[in-house]
Amino acid sequence: MFCLQPISSSAAKQAGFPGEVHETPGGGVVLSKLDDLINWARSNSLWPLTFATSCCGIEMMAVASAKYDFSRFGFEVARASPRQADVIIIAGTIVNKMAPVLKRLYDQMADPKYVIAMGACAISGGPFFYNTYSVIKGADHIIPVDVYIAGCPPRPEALLHALITLQEKIKKGYTREQIRQGSNS
Amino acid sequence: MNNEALHAYLTEQVPDATFDTSGEWLNVQVSVAAFRPLTEKLKKELQFNFLFCLTCVDWKTHLTMVYHLRSTQEGHHLVVKVNLDTQQPQIHTVCDLWRTAEFHEREVYELFGVDFLHHPDLRLLILPDGWEGKNPLRKDFDDPVNMIKL
Ligand code: SF4
Repeated sequence: MFCLQPISSSAAKQAGFPGEVHETPGGGVVLSKLDDLINWARSNSLWPLTFATSCCGIEMMAVASAKYDFSRFGFEVARASPRQADVIIIAGTIVNKMAPVLKRLYDQMADPKYVIAMGACAISGGPFFYNTYSVIKGADHIIPVDVYIAGCPPRPEALLHALITLQEKIKKGYTREQIRQGSNS
Repeated sequence: MNNEALHAYLTEQVPDATFDTSGEWLNVQVSVAAFRPLTEKLKKELQFNFLFCLTCVDWKTHLTMVYHLRSTQEGHHLVVKVNLDTQQPQIHTVCDLWRTAEFHEREVYELFGVDFLHHPDLRLLILPDGWEGKNPLRKDFDDPVNMIKL
């Protein structure tokens, strides 16, 4: 259990804050679980890795720019180092030569780490599924993916939706392993 | 120089050249033997100082080298095409005339297997080691492991 004081119940609800508010004279007391709080904090500060391999990357940059602006949702600063990043947005085609690099970047990221596969290429090889010698048919052959976004390229709104979906997923609090175990049992 | 003047000049230099005048730029097709002396003249006499595209096409029956030239001084363009044999494609390099060709010829070498004679450093450009001899942009290229055929 975790206590915080003072906070009004409407403000807590607005922030999507996990826990119950117990009103008392002169303020309120929030009861929450530490795990929920950590997940809540984590989901609102996800730093993406600066990583784009082709055209979808342009769309990702548009989402970072003023018009769509994913900072509003806590995807503040794109980091140029995997060691400082929480989420990798695979924006573009992954070729055989790039695959080991992607794997190494993912391995270098600190836990907890998340992956979004953006666009048809990252999902399945997309337009390069047939008759090509060089394209990986889906980035999930290389690293595990949390959220998939369809499109070629996806609209900026679709990427925002995927980012929010990832936040929801983090707030639910299950790890990939727990989810897999749950579906097996 | 306009296309007509280029046309006249080339007919004089290479009598058996064939032309395609349908596009914006004049296309000239020459033999492998006539190609190298012609490129030297184009550079020196017609001020074609910019090779802005170098590529190759696989027609299954033969390969075609395509060179897009521009003169930044005169403002004229020319497309030079040379047919090559599929089995033993060989052509003289142009990288001593246009330095940019060094990388582009390496790319055509790895993707189509064209042998550029007198190229100073003809080795793979992007493909990983061990690709020599397999040319992925040839129409008959097959890779049963990575390729899903439609
Ligand atoms: S999915 Fe489409 S837009 Fe995105 S990288 Fe692939 S080809 Fe480009």
